[in-house]
Amino acid sequence: MALSDKDRIFTNLYGLQDWRLPAARKRGQWDGTKALIEKGRDWIIEEVKNSGLRGRGGAGFPTGLKWSFMPKQPGDRPHYLVVNADESEPGTCKDRDILRHDPHTLIEGCLIAGVAMGAHTGYIYVRGEYYNEHLVLQAAIDEAYAAGLLGPNACGAGWDFDLYVHRGAGAYICGEETALIESLEGKKGMPRLKPPFPAAVGLYGCPSTVNNVETIAVVPTILRRGAPWFAGFGRPKNSGTKIFCIQGHVNKPCNVEEEMSIPLRELIERHAGGVRGGWDNLLAVIPGGSSTPMIPKAVCDDVLMDFDALREHKTGLGTAGVIVMDKSTDLIKAIARLSTFYKHESCGQCTPCREGMGWVKRMMDRMVEGRAEVAEIDVLEQVTRQIEGHTICALADGGVWPVQGLIRHFRPMMEERIAAYKAGKAAPMALAAE
Amino acid sequence: MDAELSTATEFPQPESFSFDEESLKAIETIVKRYPPGKQASAVIPLLYVVQRQMKRSTGSAWVPNKGMDAVAERLGMAPIRVYEVATFYFMFNMKPIGKHHLQVCATTPCWLRGSDEVSRACRDAGKLGGWGQTSEDKMFTLSEVECLGGCVNAPILQVDDDYYEDMDYESTVRLIEALRRGERPAPGSVIGRQTSAPEGGPQTLLDVPGE
Repeated sequence: MALSDKDRIFTNLYGLQDWRLPAARKRGQWDGTKALIEKGRDWIIEEVKNSGLRGRGGAGFPTGLKWSFMPKQPGDRPHYLVVNADESEPGTCKDRDILRHDPHTLIEGCLIAGVAMGAHTGYIYVRGEYYNEHLVLQAAIDEAYAAGLLGPNACGAGWDFDLYVHRGAGAYICGEETALIESLEGKKGMPRLKPPFPAAVGLYGCPSTVNNVETIAVVPTILRRGAPWFAGFGRPKNSGTKIFCIQGHVNKPCNVEEEMSIPLRELIERHAGGVRGGWDNLLAVIPGGSSTPMIPKAVCDDVLMDFDALREHKTGLGTAGVIVMDKSTDLIKAIARLSTFYKHESCGQCTPCREGMGWVKRMMDRMVEGRAEVAEIDVLEQVTRQIEGHTICALADGGVWPVQGLIRHFRPMMEERIAAYKAGKAAPMALAAE
Repeated sequence: MDAELSTATEFPQPESFSFDEESLKAIETIVKRYPPGKQASAVIPLLYVVQRQMKRSTGSAWVPNKGMDAVAERLGMAPIRVYEVATFYFMFNMKPIGKHHLQVCATTPCWLRGSDEVSRACRDAGKLGGWGQTSEDKMFTLSEVECLGGCVNAPILQVDDDYYEDMDYESTVRLIEALRRGERPAPGSVIGRQTSAPEGGPQTLLDVPGE
């Protein structure tokens, strides 16, 4: 059973309607927000907990629990809500649609989240490249101020709340929450050691919570329709609806909001027109953005798209950016290009990442040619294990997982490439994108 | 990190920089977003102000050394703190660029859909030798960029602030020729898709209350 339109939260995902306030209200946004706020902080957090909402930015941490880490009683330091709109994980373009087509779901969510965490100020950190999107968001915020939905006594619910847009300037690392905070403070985006966690010492040294755009934007609808409604979608502990970005070698790439735990095959065939050349032409899928290891067709045949099902196959739901690769794909080159990405985006703070991402890239470039020894595949695998888990943030982990996935599932392909090189003839190169 | 501070011998740095009226107005709005004493937060927005002012006044969007100094002075920061931010992030051009900045996304999702063809078309039609180069007529600068976050509309070519989506060789050539004629085609999908909906029209969200 596919999700029906009446159960979709992002009703203007494609921008078929106007994003402005009057149209957003007709779609149900800002409906009864005052009453929701008046139910109080504890009720909001409890509802979000009961809904089973897990963070939509990649890590999947339970949102209600995260909010509950903020100090209960405000001290001398103000609390901050920080929204991560630095959408940069290759394969991910869902927050872009929220920013440009459904900005009021996000703004309303910010106010409610602000109440829940005791914050009177929120910053939305938008990736620099989303210039046009940030203009829409700012205009929507201006509308909300003019309508009394933001500012002093926002929504007439007795809570003062200011919301600002801050644009980044092109750095993947700023999607890491503490790097984002550093960047927002006007510094280079280099992640901080944790602990202390942002809920204790975050923006400007004050208690802060960083949430993904989609996470915040689903909250108003959850509160209006009730936690059990949201929890009713997907398998237990994998609740809700989710925006999937289906791309690569499919007939009709698209974004779509679907129920969690939908089978991968159904997702691709129902919404994206199927794999180019038919399902049997599928080679592998990167299921959740570039950092999640690929899975071969045999796994894709029946895997469910949720946190736990994908973890069983040593990969993850991540940001739900589904990158489909058919049999024409040079998989080694596809992963080598990701290694180039991580090398480019390493902030350079931790040695295993700064040196390791470059080393892995150079190694992968040789693997593309086959200019290597078979034993070097093991060396490569071992080095990725030494990089993983030895850095301040998860960028390096995300940088080596795709390589590990390639070796795990397609080692024979790498060995063939090496043998072909040794035999003095180039491996038959794939035609994809060439 | 590839960006590096230029030396004055490579290309002329302006001898001075001061914010014009439009910039000063923008700065006034920007600095109000941050709490008192936290003005350093405005460093990225102000570097954008500099880059935009350079575009207005010289036709080339870049950040000269004196511009960084002006930001440092306005925000009460040590100049080195501004330099390190300007060179850490990729969207500040530390040397002059052409009138239009052609930014080809070449990360895997775009590569799978043919970004090599888009960059080839940029080189052919824009008369560009390779990444980082500016055409002789100063019309175009070509950059390889990492994932632009528009992956279901891959491949993407970002021109200045705008995304052109679902590109191929021919559409890229057409776009560049239009830019050369001084036209500015509407951004978005060049094959007529409704934003991120599947080709041929949305299959969902057909039954939504509202307008």
